[in-house]
Amino acid sequence: MKKMIFIRMAVLTLGITLMTFGVLNGELQEILRKAVRICLECIGIG
Amino acid sequence: MKRLISQIIFFLLQNPLLNNFFTGKIYQGKLKTLCTPGLNCYSCPAAITSCPLGAMQLFLGGAKHSLSLFVTGFLLTTGIVFGRFICGYVCPFGLFQDLLYKIKTPKLKRKFKYARYIKYIILLVFVIVLPLIIRNDLSGLGSPWFCMYICPSGTVFGAIPLLITTEALRESLGLRFIIKAAGAVAIIVMSATIYRFFCRVICPLGAIYSLFNKLAFVKMSCDKSKCISCGDCSRACNIMLTPSEKPNSPECVRCGDCIKACNFSVIKCSIKLK
Repeated sequence: MKKMIFIRMAVLTLGITLMTFGVLNGELQEILRKAVRICLECIGIG
Repeated sequence: MKRLISQIIFFLLQNPLLNNFFTGKIYQGKLKTLCTPGLNCYSCPAAITSCPLGAMQLFLGGAKHSLSLFVTGFLLTTGIVFGRFICGYVCPFGLFQDLLYKIKTPKLKRKFKYARYIKYIILLVFVIVLPLIIRNDLSGLGSPWFCMYICPSGTVFGAIPLLITTEALRESLGLRFIIKAAGAVAIIVMSATIYRFFCRVICPLGAIYSLFNKLAFVKMSCDKSKCISCGDCSRACNIMLTPSEKPNSPECVRCGDCIKACNFSVIKCSIKLK
């Protein structure tokens, strides 16, 4: 049971840490640049 | 009914700009920096947030050929907290499939003993490997292969409303759209006949969340000391699982039908730290 709690908390911590590094890395701006325009490839046109 | 209300609320939270379906515009504000956990195309006119699968392919196919730390962290976090609870309660395409299944058509019950592994292959090949290794000769960038050829959410909620409202897009239709639209039609027909066909066989996001079902904080449990093995839960399960034996099967989309079917209330969904 302790092992399960450890795994859950480790994955949660890793997830939050990666998200934080991603934000600091400027990834949100890159997502925004792509998402604010109609992505023809994404919808199978073009 | 509670689940349907939750699904509609989450659909509207992710897609509140319904009037854009008639104008063909897409939202360009800062909320699009955020991913939402369900399959929801960011080229859908009503969407105000981004799709994690689209964002993941953007980075893998980008100039740096890298895995997005933000999207990976986001999927790990939502996966470990909710598992496939997201498929059942949050995903807009899950709601769409549930509505399709309500249409009165002949229903088929299938276990997909082997076909369920297709979603993991699609995740590996179309979401990760192809965007990473196949590059445009001129730009050097990869393409979002899952979005381009498979994703029915992009076709139904993105391409079709945009094609209806924008003449310039209609002029650029080609073979790729025909392939993708045919795939979407097939998925729609199958989803009306087989419960959550897309989630169970094709969805790469479902494949990711399925890996967390046993570990997630939001879990199902069965009190074996009170269970009389009557089989009501298995008969109620449209995915043909055995909730009393494996309440946290990777295939379970947390629809909760087994909880409702159990006359002894031995199957429960709860948040567990232990």
